[in-house]
Amino acid sequence: MANTPMLAEMMKTHGISRRAFMKYCASLTSLMALSPALAPRVAEALENAPRPSVIWLSFQECTGCTEAITRSHAPTIEDLIFNAVSLDYHHTLQAASGHAAEEAREHAMKQHYGKYILIVDGSIPIKDPGYSCIAGISNLDMLKETAAGAAAIVSVGTCAAYGGVGHADPNPTGAVAVSEIIKDKPIINVPGCPPIPVVMTGVLAHFLSFGIPELDELGRPKAFYGNSIHDRCYRRPFYDKGQFAEGFDDEGAREGWCLYKLGCKGPTTKSACATVKWNNGVSFPIEAGHPCLGCTEPDFWDNGGFYKPLSVPAGDYRDAGLAAVAGGAALGAASALLAKAGKTKAAQAHETVDAHDLEKSS
Amino acid sequence: MNSPAFDLLMWARGPAFDIALTIFIGGIIIRVLEIVILGRKKDMAAPKGNPVAQGFKTIFSRSIPREGLVKFAPITYLGGYIFHLGFFVAFLFFAPHIALFTDAFGIKWPDAGRVIIESATALAVIALLALIYSRMTDPVRKALTTFDDYLVLILSGLPLITGYVAVNKLFGDGQMMIAIHILSVEALMIAFPFTKLMHAVTFVMSRYYNGTIQGRKGAES
Repeated sequence: MANTPMLAEMMKTHGISRRAFMKYCASLTSLMALSPALAPRVAEALENAPRPSVIWLSFQECTGCTEAITRSHAPTIEDLIFNAVSLDYHHTLQAASGHAAEEAREHAMKQHYGKYILIVDGSIPIKDPGYSCIAGISNLDMLKETAAGAAAIVSVGTCAAYGGVGHADPNPTGAVAVSEIIKDKPIINVPGCPPIPVVMTGVLAHFLSFGIPELDELGRPKAFYGNSIHDRCYRRPFYDKGQFAEGFDDEGAREGWCLYKLGCKGPTTKSACATVKWNNGVSFPIEAGHPCLGCTEPDFWDNGGFYKPLSVPAGDYRDAGLAAVAGGAALGAASALLAKAGKTKAAQAHETVDAHDLEKSS
Repeated sequence: MNSPAFDLLMWARGPAFDIALTIFIGGIIIRVLEIVILGRKKDMAAPKGNPVAQGFKTIFSRSIPREGLVKFAPITYLGGYIFHLGFFVAFLFFAPHIALFTDAFGIKWPDAGRVIIESATALAVIALLALIYSRMTDPVRKALTTFDDYLVLILSGLPLITGYVAVNKLFGDGQMMIAIHILSVEALMIAFPFTKLMHAVTFVMSRYYNGTIQGRKGAES
């Protein structure tokens, strides 16, 4: 079952026309910043690719990534693409539980050793592995064991990609990203809290058609994470004109002006949110009137406050300022008084001389 | 996984800003107090004119060039004016900068659009380059110029250039360029109390003092 081409039949059963499928492949091709000429190749690859086995491991996570990918309006073609893989283990979605579930994972691993795709969401606690276990196996052990036979790893969501909320200061569980533990396998990071569903499916489609996509220095596919949200934001003209919302219910907010002053992290956040958007291209956070939190960037939880503008210092700088006023006043007064004392002393020590004295001394 | 650009940006927005602010404010207060407390020797002679009025007048009148001097030293005068105006327009009327003042003091004022800010920045940088050029080529100015002068010119130019690059994403990583821009401002803040950048504060005192000398003699300043 796992190695038979499935997409063509699945399209038929879901009533998706060939035309609609080709349209999807074309949009996927442009989304991935590939040449339009490659669209038929994407279609061919997707149609003929053997259904790869996928093992999805969920560690310290909130299930938001799974929620996002499963709620990408069924039946979309993205959904189908996701169906085109054989999801052999996903403890939230699978029917089996307990030992049967773990058996499914072990079975898939054995059968497709070296060929399966490992998808991970959630961070891994390394301070005490007991903080998060599945069926009595620590996340750390399960990741190492499962990664050993994987062809590639896709870290879905910011937790798996960069540690996410678990890694946020003070990081009580010692949460780390997949890439901190696994060093010998190709890892594709698909960060976001959660990532855009079509980006998750797009990365899988790319992997099936052309292998590992081109990644940036943070392991993200450049096709989806190449531009900042700010550069592609439909509210950018308001930033350029200097028109800003200063509150969530002021005139600027109602007019749909730029959200920079409300703490928008769009200028420092790379993601396809502003172009691909969410819920089938309906909207994205900024369009809904909320500033970008910067969720596709490492440590975005610790960026000094979601509602603090980027230009505002992140720390408690007022304390430093007040201490400087007090310290400066004390030091300045002390230094001036010292100089004054020196001046008085010099005046006292001053000896007057006249021409006779000078003549004597010469 | 850590991003060096993000970490640098957070360091620039966090601890580095606190350090720079402490040195900036503390340094200015130390130097101003030193000058004020040390004072000047009291002049016992009865003044011929009105020293206080002349002092206050001079604070403003010295901002206007004397007749013929613009023609005599056009680069110094025009360059100086354009640089100062451009710098302050970019500094005080760019929305993200105003957001900083709003956060610190709860005050805000209208901001200027991108065209004004970027034109002001570009003009200020051109003026700065002209000033550097004149220092390097004019034999008299060259002889008078010290390392401190070049340092101050470069430190005042860097925030303008890095800010322009960061906003327009001309090159480099977006986060990294914002971090570098903030760090360049912090370098300026740290150097401020210990270099001739202090003129931004002390010009009031020195002009007043010069004005009173003239006023005391009964002369117009």
